[in-house]
Amino acid sequence: MSALDELRQLRKGGAQVRKGDNRAAFWFLAPWFAGLLLITVGPVLASFALGFTKYNLIQPPRFIGLDNFARVLSDERLHNALRVTFTYVLVSVPLQLACALGVALLLNKGLRGLAFYRSAFYLPSLLGSSVAIAVLWTQVFGTDGLVNRVLGFFGVEGRGWISDPDTALSTLIVLNVWTFGSPMIIFLAGLRQIPEVYYEAAAIDGASRWARFRSITMPLLSPILFFTLVLQIIHAFQSFTQAFVVSGGTGGPSDSTMFYTLYLYQQGFSRFDMGYASALAWFLLLIIAAFTAVNFWAARFWVFYDD
Amino acid sequence: MTTRRVFAPLKHLGLVLIGFVMLYPVLWMVVSSLRPGDEIFRSPGLVLDGLRTENYSEGWNALTPSFGTYLLNSAVLVLGCIVGNLVSCSMAAYAFARLQFRGKRWWFGIMLGTIMLPIHVIIVPQYVLFSNIGWVNTFLPLIVPKILATDAFFVFLMVQFIRGLPRELDEAARIDGCGHPRIFLQIVLPLMTPALATTTIFTFIWTWNDFFSQLIYLTDPDMYTVPVALRSFVDSTVATSWGSQFAMSVVSLVPIFLAFLIGQRYLVKGIATTGGK
Repeated sequence: MSALDELRQLRKGGAQVRKGDNRAAFWFLAPWFAGLLLITVGPVLASFALGFTKYNLIQPPRFIGLDNFARVLSDERLHNALRVTFTYVLVSVPLQLACALGVALLLNKGLRGLAFYRSAFYLPSLLGSSVAIAVLWTQVFGTDGLVNRVLGFFGVEGRGWISDPDTALSTLIVLNVWTFGSPMIIFLAGLRQIPEVYYEAAAIDGASRWARFRSITMPLLSPILFFTLVLQIIHAFQSFTQAFVVSGGTGGPSDSTMFYTLYLYQQGFSRFDMGYASALAWFLLLIIAAFTAVNFWAARFWVFYDD
Repeated sequence: MTTRRVFAPLKHLGLVLIGFVMLYPVLWMVVSSLRPGDEIFRSPGLVLDGLRTENYSEGWNALTPSFGTYLLNSAVLVLGCIVGNLVSCSMAAYAFARLQFRGKRWWFGIMLGTIMLPIHVIIVPQYVLFSNIGWVNTFLPLIVPKILATDAFFVFLMVQFIRGLPRELDEAARIDGCGHPRIFLQIVLPLMTPALATTTIFTFIWTWNDFFSQLIYLTDPDMYTVPVALRSFVDSTVATSWGSQFAMSVVSLVPIFLAFLIGQRYLVKGIATTGGK
């Protein structure tokens, strides 16, 4: 069961307290409480406060009211970064999940060599977030890169995929789709949960492949599809490494790979404008929360819960 | 039945093709790193005539200190994170899975919520905090959060696992007069080794790959970890040859690949039971 399912179920079930457990829980949870306070919730609140200041780490923070938030509304480079990030998230996540589902369906049902295929498709998702793969991508989609060599072999003229602002983002989308192995594993586990008798009954009734997929597989897999979608969207919003390495930290060419996180990094850790970076961080949190809320709202139209 | 006989080989052909196209760039990188010079390097094929290791020796010593230092730094960092996660997350997980305390559902909900909290939201004030206490260019800002169980994903993973263990065992121990520390250390912990193995391998891979926080906290070349060093190597004007960049990229991926080979089973199970991060 995923973390999201747990959250859904949280309302159910009565709370009991056992004698002596309060004390024990306090000690067992002591590191976690400290982390929550100092590393997680504290900084979240602090970044909210810093958002109202001008702060460069050297001089003490100076209160400037809503200036940083007003700047969010008028900053054109930020708006471009939002466009780039939204495009990346809204194109790459559905493509990635479609590939994951497609391959999972092919691999389902006791295919011979399943374990081998599963490993081969899974491996890229472990490598995908590394700097090394970003270096590889820079070469593969470069002017003299592997893609153009292969295209040249077929007589097609290539281009500098990464140096061209029109295609640079697409290479990062391809990279994200390339890591479909991890959602594929989740889907495979979900497919295995669907009782075989449903398919047998449908087959006896003469249901076509497509009808079985639509009426059995999709509804029963939909909770898993849903939480994977939610998590992958949150995850994609946080992409940083690949854009950073491929563009040499600039978000170029012409800001075409300027992810939101990369812009935040530049403001905070290159220009040391910590106040504005904090406002950006909060804005990012709001955007992700809004996307997640929309997802939960839309879920009622397509996600099927048995309980 | 006849359709199946036709389709099965087609299906295998399709899958092999997809897998080959996906893994080709990585294979090609490995092969190319063993080719001499940049000219021959541009060949898109996988056939290798003779092994040349000069890219490796060139890349290894391209920066000061050499790549060995970065590998060692990454190893130390990874080890610290693994120990931190194993200790703190298993303790928290025991409390959430086995203890009945006041406000448990509330705290549990918060814990689940933090799994989805982007690091970018907290990194700025965290950096301010850690730089004020002089922790920049040490591994502390990267390890201490793990010791404080902030990788809530692993808490959740372990909670799931402990819930699957038979409760009769700890009930019996309790009747025999065992307190929670002993039940945790002598009964639950030994039984949850698969969850601990999953945590170890994921922590290894994620920490080894993690770039964002290491880039921010480690700015002194002596403290560089592998990803930070690799990026600095790629960016430096000294490095103009793809050969040595590829060689060091391969070096940086070898530990991940080994972890994958050894821990595959745990990785797959970990993702399947938690729904991934």
